[in-house]
Amino acid sequence: MNSPAIDTPAAQASTPVAHKPRRLAPGWFLVSPSVALLLIWMIVPLGMTVYFSLIRYNLLYPGENDFVGLENFEYFVTDAAFLSGAGNTLLLVGSVLLISVVLGVLISALLEASEFFGRGIVRVLLISPFFIMPTVSALLWKNLIFHPVSGILAAIWQFFGAQPVDWLAHHPLFSIIMIVSWQWLPFAILILMTAMQSLDQEQKEAARLDGAGPIAIFWHLTLPHLARPIAVVVMIETIFLLSVFAEIYTTTSGGPGYESTNLAYLIYTQALLQFDVGMASAGGLIAVVIANIAAIVLIRMIGKNLTDKQ
Amino acid sequence: MLTLKQSRRLQSLIIGALAWAIAAVIFFPIFWMVLTSLKTEIDAFATPPQFIFTPTLENYLHINERSDYFAFAWNSVLISVSATLLCMCLAVPAAYSMAFFETRHTKRTLLWMLSTKMLPPVGVLVPIYLLAKQFGLLDSRLALIIIYTLINLPIIVWMVYTYFKDIPVDILEAARLDGATTWQEIVRVLLPIARGGLASTMLLSLILCWNEAFWSLNLTSSAAAPLTALVASYSSPEGLFWAKLSAVSTLACAPILIFGWISQKQLVRGLSFGAVK
Repeated sequence: MNSPAIDTPAAQASTPVAHKPRRLAPGWFLVSPSVALLLIWMIVPLGMTVYFSLIRYNLLYPGENDFVGLENFEYFVTDAAFLSGAGNTLLLVGSVLLISVVLGVLISALLEASEFFGRGIVRVLLISPFFIMPTVSALLWKNLIFHPVSGILAAIWQFFGAQPVDWLAHHPLFSIIMIVSWQWLPFAILILMTAMQSLDQEQKEAARLDGAGPIAIFWHLTLPHLARPIAVVVMIETIFLLSVFAEIYTTTSGGPGYESTNLAYLIYTQALLQFDVGMASAGGLIAVVIANIAAIVLIRMIGKNLTDKQ
Repeated sequence: MLTLKQSRRLQSLIIGALAWAIAAVIFFPIFWMVLTSLKTEIDAFATPPQFIFTPTLENYLHINERSDYFAFAWNSVLISVSATLLCMCLAVPAAYSMAFFETRHTKRTLLWMLSTKMLPPVGVLVPIYLLAKQFGLLDSRLALIIIYTLINLPIIVWMVYTYFKDIPVDILEAARLDGATTWQEIVRVLLPIARGGLASTMLLSLILCWNEAFWSLNLTSSAAAPLTALVASYSSPEGLFWAKLSAVSTLACAPILIFGWISQKQLVRGLSFGAVK
């Protein structure tokens, strides 16, 4: 197959079907820049992180870079901040996933249930928050919605005669979950709505003629059809939610205490505010391990689906 | 008794009302941001919040007052466009060869590329920060361009790959039979056919770069800071200028919001790595 003659037009004309691995060289040559860059992008920083995590390395005390083994990991994991950081990360990822998948399925089912006036506009309005940059949505919620004096929620609370709540001070993690869900629910709606449109209408009609109610159709027909898109939503959102940063940075700065600190923010404070590179690197590696466990599980779940579609 | 047609219409009315109500709640913060940007600072801070007021464009006219808005906007444009172009230059050849010269490594390579997205940025924050410092790239546009290119590359390759996969190989075969070189084949045949798909891929890349807020907050301070960083600077207590903040935010989000509306259908494909059409 790899004989040079294959490349001549005459040879091709005589074997029109055999276009499999012909001209291997350009193929390999064209993929390699992307692969090489991504490989460097992964290996060099990760290698440095591994190295830094094993030495004492604080930017405030230059020159004291002894090898300390796993001491950094020990300090990081036994620090009180780690437990709340890990807990908050799980809570944040879990809650936002739950909110966006459940509400996403319900809202997109509602939109696909029937034709109604202005459906296109409703679609556009629903997916809009996804395109708002994270720092804007965080400040928007902080100043205009959650603010205890002049926020919208304070006004609603007052209207019903209740005492306004200082959301970010008293329920910091809940508030951040709200903000992040507001950003990611539209993503779920966008994907699930598109997936629902590809559902076979005739099948639905047949089920209806057989006497299936709307709930039965939703449960036995729509939901199974959505299994793969839901898996996609879960995977993509998990990737981004594990490293939520800007929303915390611009609203609560992780506080009060560590109440709204997730792992990403904790590592940031170790590295760039306390200059403890060693500890931060150890934390970074732990974050990588957690992300990879999630990734392996998720890729196992849907990786096959992603490439086997043709 | 309702006839079938009447009950259908009633159903559509109820569903429509419900959908509009949900959309109104979800869109409200954005609507409120735009409204606040048209208020004076005093109206913006008023309790209870005011829906009726005399609108003013003052905030937009004085957008440069607190900080040099246009410098930040220019950084955002420059960084997003450069990273997008660079990313396309890398992704198109890779996707071309993976889509049309599939080997037994192709699927594994694609999945591996996707898996690099699983590396959380904090895991490499420290080394990237130190490397940038070492090479004098802290607070430089170049650093962000390189990083954005790399973090978006997997998604872009996937997206271009799924578009190329839809193109019949015969068309390329025909060009090859006519003696086209690989270069001619890509530039003269493939790219014109895949124009629409490539445009929406670039749009997605622009959106992702424009809104990226981990590296831009950590690696820039002033000279190279894009709009995400400008908006974040309003989080400090000294920045209690809500009307101005809203005006800045509205301007920062408007282009991307419009891009998003235009390309929502294609975005689904890119963001789901081709798994949902």
